[in-house]
Amino acid sequence: MNKKTVSAANRNKTILSVILAIVSIVYVLPVLAVVLNSFKQNTYVKTDTFALPTGEMSAGFDNFIKGMTFGNYPFYKSVMYSVVITLLSTLLILLCTSMAAWYIARVDSIFCRAIYFLCVFSMVVPFQMVMFTLSKTADKLRLNTPLTIPIVYLGFGAGLAIFMFVGFVKAIPLEIEEAASIDGCGPVRTFFTVVVPMLKPTMISVGILEIMWVWNDYLLPVLVLDINEYRTIPIHIQYLKGSYGTVDLGATMALILMSIIPVIIFYLACQKHIIKGVAAGAVKG
Amino acid sequence: MKNKKITNSNSVTKATRRWGFLFLGPVLIAFTIGFVWPFIQGIWLSMCQFRLISDAKFIGFGNYVKVFQDASFRHAFWYTAMFAIVSLVIINILAFMVAYFLTLEIKGSNLFRTVFFMPNLIGGIVLGYIWSMIFDGILGRYQTSILLESKYGFWGLIILMCWQQIGYMMIIYIAGLQNVPGDILEAARIDGATSLQTLFKVTIPNVMSSFTICIFLSLTNGFKLFDQNLALTGGQPFTIQPDGTTVKQTEMLALNIYNTFYGSNSSAQGVAQAKAVVFFVLVAGLGLLQLAYTRKKEVQQ
Repeated sequence: MNKKTVSAANRNKTILSVILAIVSIVYVLPVLAVVLNSFKQNTYVKTDTFALPTGEMSAGFDNFIKGMTFGNYPFYKSVMYSVVITLLSTLLILLCTSMAAWYIARVDSIFCRAIYFLCVFSMVVPFQMVMFTLSKTADKLRLNTPLTIPIVYLGFGAGLAIFMFVGFVKAIPLEIEEAASIDGCGPVRTFFTVVVPMLKPTMISVGILEIMWVWNDYLLPVLVLDINEYRTIPIHIQYLKGSYGTVDLGATMALILMSIIPVIIFYLACQKHIIKGVAAGAVKG
Repeated sequence: MKNKKITNSNSVTKATRRWGFLFLGPVLIAFTIGFVWPFIQGIWLSMCQFRLISDAKFIGFGNYVKVFQDASFRHAFWYTAMFAIVSLVIINILAFMVAYFLTLEIKGSNLFRTVFFMPNLIGGIVLGYIWSMIFDGILGRYQTSILLESKYGFWGLIILMCWQQIGYMMIIYIAGLQNVPGDILEAARIDGATSLQTLFKVTIPNVMSSFTICIFLSLTNGFKLFDQNLALTGGQPFTIQPDGTTVKQTEMLALNIYNTFYGSNSSAQGVAQAKAVVFFVLVAGLGLLQLAYTRKKEVQQ
């Protein structure tokens, strides 16, 4: 009797596995469609979207070559700006917000509480509320280049990062820092040699959230940067459509493929951290 | 509380306090530039008429009156609300189902988790173009396009958002399901509860906090949606109202605000900022309301 229910349960699990496997295949089909169409002649992308790029439909690697200079803007430049902006913004946010969060958690004055409250408040404010005035302010202060836009990201993104760091710092026992202080460590050294190593897991979580946000962000950079000069990947892809009346879909798909391959590699390489970071961000936010 | 008082007065804190300018300074400056000042200026400008910020003239609540008279804004509001609710229901049901199945210790669950989460890393603009190619590939066979009928645009965006968000919500539900104490499930099994009874009477009440988070997230995500909306349909198809104004059938609130700011009518920027304030109150209010409501329903542990 017991054996029967066990084997029935096992059978159900196998059926479930098969169903989920089919759903998984359906799930990757859109990405597969991008791959197929990036090797296809433009005219066939619309008419034979789901066909293999064989025979006269095939464009070989033409789309990728065309994609490099497509839209009157070199693709490598948009990759470069995306990488620079994402890395600089993430590093700046991690450094500055962890310092601020530690100070807020440890000093705990009325002023600190007010800042903390403002940070939490900023998390519920949609970007549209500040986008116009923020882009004007950034223009005025010359924060409109890839090397200075990280300051804007730090400003608008500080809320969530500080919120997550403060939660973590409060869980660290004060005794360790006291011991460091008795040993003659000043606050600055205590922070960088004692606190930062303990913050590492949270740093990874926050870092991943910031990387995903900045890398994929479209609206903030398009409003702040001078887009004739500087385009990130999302801006570049959005402006393909604007530059001609009709857009070369084959080349667009080639560009999209080139822009999502690094993301997928990054995901497969740090999947564990990414999923943990996202869960941490969601649970706390 | 007592503990806090002691830490407040100790020597470490005193020494740290003097370094405030270093620890807080950079964030305070950036936060002022990137949030506090634009926010305050935004509220002020919503009550002004202006072309350039420097010659803004206070006009009171005139912009807000215009916001509610604007047919395109009202349409965008109802469209967004519909979208947010429909996507919330579908995404959360499917995400919870997938999470529940993946925690049953079936074969390949790690692989499935990897696949389902993957679309979440692709940015909204790119997602929009991927799906517009797919939908037009299908609809093209019937001599139509996603840009031609608003129902295609609506359900297309729902499918896109499901593809992107299910994996994300799934992760949160899995975390919640793994925290359900094993002994309660064991007790339910010994008491002879069927697996469906266990699911609805034991498991789901115990993951209410995950539901709170996910419902909150998908509701605000739905309301704030911009990139995907812009890239998939950009608000098309357009219809002309009897009074000559254009209503973009698939335009959501965030895109409507953007188009009002950066559209052809540069004297409408005050109205656009007023729309942004209304939008902020809506998003923030919804979030708070929803949190307060579901918190009450959570099982006290």
